[in-house]
Amino acid sequence: MNIVVCVKHVPDAQADRGFNESDNTVDRAGVDGLLSELDEYAVEEALKLAEASGGEVTVVTIGPDQAADAVKKALQMGADKGVHVNDEAIHGSDAPATSLILAEAIKKATDGNPELVITGMASTDGTMGVVPAMLAERLGLPQVTYASELTLGDGKVTIRRDNDANTETIEASLPALVSVTDQINEPRYPSFKGIMAAKKKPVESWTLADLGIDAGQVGLANAWTKVVEIAKRPPREQGEIVKDEGDGGTKLAEFLAARKFL
Amino acid sequence: MKKPPPRSPKADPLDVIDLDAMLSDEEKDVRAMVRRVATDLCGEHIAQWYEDGQVPARELAREFGKAGLLGMHLDGYGCAGMSAVDYGLASVELEAVDSGIRSLVSVQGSLAMGAIHMFGSEEHKQQWLPSMAAGEAIGCFGLTEPDHGSDPASMTTRARRDGDDWILTGRKLWITNGSIADVAVIWANTTDEPGGRGIRGFVLPTDTPGFAAHEIHHKLSLRASVTAELTLDRVRLPGDAVFPDVTGLKGPLSCLSEARYGILWGALGAARTCLEAARRYSIERTQFGRPLAGFQLTQAKLASMSTELQLGLLLALHLGRLKDSVGLRPEQVSVGKFNNITKAIEICRTSRTILGANGISGEFPIMRHANNLESVLTYEGTAEMHALVLGQALTGVPAFR
Repeated sequence: MNIVVCVKHVPDAQADRGFNESDNTVDRAGVDGLLSELDEYAVEEALKLAEASGGEVTVVTIGPDQAADAVKKALQMGADKGVHVNDEAIHGSDAPATSLILAEAIKKATDGNPELVITGMASTDGTMGVVPAMLAERLGLPQVTYASELTLGDGKVTIRRDNDANTETIEASLPALVSVTDQINEPRYPSFKGIMAAKKKPVESWTLADLGIDAGQVGLANAWTKVVEIAKRPPREQGEIVKDEGDGGTKLAEFLAARKFL
Repeated sequence: MKKPPPRSPKADPLDVIDLDAMLSDEEKDVRAMVRRVATDLCGEHIAQWYEDGQVPARELAREFGKAGLLGMHLDGYGCAGMSAVDYGLASVELEAVDSGIRSLVSVQGSLAMGAIHMFGSEEHKQQWLPSMAAGEAIGCFGLTEPDHGSDPASMTTRARRDGDDWILTGRKLWITNGSIADVAVIWANTTDEPGGRGIRGFVLPTDTPGFAAHEIHHKLSLRASVTAELTLDRVRLPGDAVFPDVTGLKGPLSCLSEARYGILWGALGAARTCLEAARRYSIERTQFGRPLAGFQLTQAKLASMSTELQLGLLLALHLGRLKDSVGLRPEQVSVGKFNNITKAIEICRTSRTILGANGISGEFPIMRHANNLESVLTYEGTAEMHALVLGQALTGVPAFR
């Protein structure tokens, strides 16, 4: 089975992340980026399925030049080929526009017939988690989201979704879109062989024009949502040290109650 | 030709001279991967392993094997076939965690696998290298003896012929991975035999009767590494257990040269960790109303440590590029080990002074690294021996014979 995985290049959470002052978009140039960790689970799941059933794994990403690193990382892990949609007009796109571009890229990469699309549950920067559902809708595919387990059957896919109070087993006919959680597997490290092999794997670089998308449908100016204001997190306040004179528990309870934690 | 990235506008405290610009993208990816593997597998646990004197070496070997780290610079037989520079960069990342972790990988990859790869028969290679590369089988390397360290030519371990078989008797000491090994490469003297050909190497499965390994405890250095004494009590090996074509000290010494190459990179990883801990601490720690970093004496320490670290890395990278192109002579490896380990231990000790009392705490990595480097300073050729090797190259006079 041929599988498409959507991946995102995000600012490294370990680094000092910030926003562009001019337009309140995420600063993607001034900070080191990496393949969103939640997408590693999607790549791993796709690789496992492809190894078991044969077929190719294609990774698709959208983003500026440095987003190619996310594709490269997935190729180093073992994916077979990559697609990088890169166009200045995409800057500032929101979730609906992102899902539109991804949908067209997936159609083009699969001649309009994706068999299985796998995504992470959310990106580690935006963390909205809505793109998988929007993408499924645009592709006209059944969506089974937040999978902690994925099994392929005869023309169908079955997932387990772990909720707070219950566990659901959900089945969808193929082709389908599945978003996976960080519980589904343990992503592999790229191997040395993978790192060397990735250099030779094909990566398509497409613009909006290649996908037949009008720039007026995407980008910051056409976003449905807009970041109006950004405030820095206030500096952490000095902690309060209470000396335990036998009443430490009571004082702790009072402290928490005053902040409505109790 | 790809356009080079623009000059970084700001100094990276760990790479002020932008040595990274001399590395390829793949080399940086290799480094990033090993850093992540080492940090994920060991980062949280290493201080405790060191304190307990226990390290899950077998499990780590399997994980390192999966990542392709074991014998990564060797070709074929399940090995990754990476460059000497890649191997060096990997050694830095492993030793940035702990010298014991790098030792595990060095001994497996450079000494045990390296010896079999260089000198073993085709059967030896087929039998051992793939499982060793995967980390399923562990190897060790027995050269040093209780009474013979820098002077291995005087070794007392003997191999005698009995029909087609070989009978090995002797003791080996300070053998990394010895008590967890599945296979030992043992060097023994065969000169007692009629037509004996000096020191020869043997591939010895550790379940052979007469072989025993005893773990050495009470170490105050390399505590997160398995060290053992091996005893060989009339161990009977088949005739084909011997390395067919190599005789004399050049056998073990060429293996040591390979391992020393990894070490001359690796030690700088330990130094880097200490320097970075000291640098951060100096910025956060306030005395006399200002950060330690604001005192000229602290800045002088940081400046000279940073300079030495980067000079060491420059030397390592130069030796690596040389090894990848035309190869290295032993005294060139000696220059690297002599300089880089003495400088690395100096960096760890100076970092310690910046942390004051906290420098000796297990909460910080510095004392652990400094203590580890005490072993690294003398194993695989003491600093003195490397000085003498270099002295011989400079003067033509061997001062130790």
